[in-house]
Amino acid sequence: MYVAVKGGARAIENAHAWLAEERRGDPGVAELSVAQIRGQLTLAVDRVMAEGSLYDPDLAALAIKQARGDLIEAIFLIRAYRTTLPRFGAAYPVDTGAMACDRRISATFKDLPGGQVLGPTFDYTHRLLDFKLAAEGETPPAARAEPDPAAMPRVTEFLNQEGLIQGEAHIDTSPPDLTREPLEFPACRALRQQALTRGDEGFVLGMAYSTQRGYGRNHPFVGELRVGTCSVEMEIPELGFAIEIGEVELTECETVNQFAGSKTEAAQFTRGYGLVFGHGERKAISMALVDRALRWRELGEDDSGAPAQDEEFVLQHADNIQATGFLEHIKLPHYVDFQSEVELVRKLRAAVREAPDD
Amino acid sequence: MTDDLREYNFAYLDEETKRMIRRALLKALAIPGYQVPFASREMPMPYGWGTGGVQVTAACLVPEDRLKVIDQGADDTTNAVSIRSFFARTAGVATTERAAEATLIQTRHRIPETPLREGQILVYQVPIPEPLRFLEPRETETRRMHALEDYGLMHVKLYEDIARHGAISTAYAYPVKVAGRYVMDPSPIPKFDNPKLESAAIQLFGAGREQRIYAVPPYTQVVSLDFEDHPFEASKPDHPCALCGATDSYLDEVITDDAGARMFVCSDTDYCATRQAGGAA
Amino acid sequence: MESQSLTGGFSDPPVMSARAFRAALEAMARPGTIQRIEGAEAPAPLSPAAATLILTLCDGGTPLYLTPGYDSAEIRAWVTFHTGAPLVARDAARFAVGPWAALAPLADYAAGTADYPDRSATLIVECDALRSDGARLTGPGIRDAAHLALPEIAAFQANAARYPLGLDFFFTAGTQLAALPRTTQVEAG
Repeated sequence: MYVAVKGGARAIENAHAWLAEERRGDPGVAELSVAQIRGQLTLAVDRVMAEGSLYDPDLAALAIKQARGDLIEAIFLIRAYRTTLPRFGAAYPVDTGAMACDRRISATFKDLPGGQVLGPTFDYTHRLLDFKLAAEGETPPAARAEPDPAAMPRVTEFLNQEGLIQGEAHIDTSPPDLTREPLEFPACRALRQQALTRGDEGFVLGMAYSTQRGYGRNHPFVGELRVGTCSVEMEIPELGFAIEIGEVELTECETVNQFAGSKTEAAQFTRGYGLVFGHGERKAISMALVDRALRWRELGEDDSGAPAQDEEFVLQHADNIQATGFLEHIKLPHYVDFQSEVELVRKLRAAVREAPDD
Repeated sequence: MTDDLREYNFAYLDEETKRMIRRALLKALAIPGYQVPFASREMPMPYGWGTGGVQVTAACLVPEDRLKVIDQGADDTTNAVSIRSFFARTAGVATTERAAEATLIQTRHRIPETPLREGQILVYQVPIPEPLRFLEPRETETRRMHALEDYGLMHVKLYEDIARHGAISTAYAYPVKVAGRYVMDPSPIPKFDNPKLESAAIQLFGAGREQRIYAVPPYTQVVSLDFEDHPFEASKPDHPCALCGATDSYLDEVITDDAGARMFVCSDTDYCATRQAGGAA
Repeated sequence: MESQSLTGGFSDPPVMSARAFRAALEAMARPGTIQRIEGAEAPAPLSPAAATLILTLCDGGTPLYLTPGYDSAEIRAWVTFHTGAPLVARDAARFAVGPWAALAPLADYAAGTADYPDRSATLIVECDALRSDGARLTGPGIRDAAHLALPEIAAFQANAARYPLGLDFFFTAGTQLAALPRTTQVEAG
């Protein structure tokens, strides 16, 4: 006689045990420490923090270890943990103009106050596998310069002084919080940027790339890209004043984009803006391009029908945790819906067979 | 895992989140079939695996509850097992496989065969809450259609089905109109289950990824959309259950050998087991 | 007075608010039925039922209107300490609490929009007692008909006529709770 398959609970437990074994890998090879991941896979840690929307390198490193290096799975672990954290308050907006920069470049000016600082970049490396790394040799220390105490003013501020770039309205009200309120359309720019900064790097990159190839082109220049640390300040109600509660590494990109103007309005460049946790240049630049593309309405441009201009399309599909969950859920049993379709198809086929030829 | 979860709040979610969900649930009951936006939280299980249902259940559970979780009608499917153990750990509630004994049932894709009664809550996991979504992908557009009670697009779709296939070709997630106003997606239950949407129990629907909660209060009119000359039919495979002999239950088709031999058995495992044990289901 | 504002909250918030919410859910799902709800004690004249409902549903994100007679320093302090709900005028309120006569005019409260009918106020009507007689109620949540003594009929008829817009009501007295969503059709009993 037929007996339905049972034992779901036991199967799950065994699968989890096997998973833990696979994660550990060959026990003859030393186990990775969280500190090693944090210290040596920093760009992976940064991506997990950025898309996990939680600035904590130790937790991100732990998540990467637990996820066997699957960064989307690691981001998911961080997001699920983040939800459970109580909120003590909101920090002041960080002042990226006062960033202690490790890297700061502009593609629009050859030289500028504060200078071009290449910093730790892959940009001019030759992408040749370095077999010395396989030999686990120590890396010689890099040359060091004394930090330049000169300020690094924002590039867009130079343009702003001349009125060459459109100014941004200063908004005093608190921005809405994507993680506490349901997404609603049309979404304000602050909300769009939240969705982009925690959006999937690959998705945002693809959207940005599509604008460069003509699907909503907006002629971007990297006005400035800066990577460094910013202090985070928060007002403590009991104290009545703000104190520094820590610092975060950030990557910021401001693009200078195609100008707008008419016979009555003087021509001005426009801006796109990207900001992510950690060192994430690809993501920050992509975000700036997509941010700019989504601003077509407020800047009086035409909707060319490009995907990157479509706020609902971009925002509803940028989140890799939503996307991967829904995509992978089709692994779950669907016998019931499938059965109902099978039955319908059988019925429709029978109806065709029985129908008199005409 | 067990010990990790004990450190979280009762029923996992923090109180602020539960209040937000509870407010949404009350408005959902007050506007049957209307999708209330809610700030869905990231849960420790993936989107698409019941996060909406889990959040609704978490907001409703009391320690006295007896929880049943089913997926495809069965209590022992892996995801049902996983969700049931999640609440057994985080809320310490008793669990059961008996629909008649449960006070709260979380379900994916089925409504139990045993008629539900007052004092019971049925929580549905919903993947795509918007019944118009596959006809119009834009939220701004579908929201306007609901506001204007403009469901012409849905009727055109159903009518085109009839023109092409001679019948409405929607077999599950069959759209309904609730209390004469809102068109609602009943989640991907087979259309066989649609008549059970008029129930004595409270029915709550949670869509986590899509951030929507909706509800059907008890004794509320739920009409499956149809046409006079093509009336709605709650169909199922035309067989009795091979295990319990039931002719009134929804059936899974099971392939039993390499030659493609097959049999049909109840999808509702509790209903089938109760009948096999000789008890009244 | 100061000490009174600090007491009367839930001794076990997750469990007590869960039980209170289930009572509210049953009440809203089955209009006219009378549920028992308790757990919170607030300064008079706020009833235990209304106080429990406020602790269960209100927080910093839900502006609350206190009617004359309820807008006292003691109740304000209690609500603020236990929920953090901003105290506001009728038109900005998500929740309002007070006796029927003091809650009027109903036209001042948000009734939702065509796009978002859920963005409407919920009124907690403090009563002397709840009785299952009087007005005849029909609609979603009610099998045949239910009866509930209501402070008046016309206002609830007008509210239901705006469906899907409209206000939703809880009625509280002592530890009793009943509800009347906008879907309920009300006739003199």
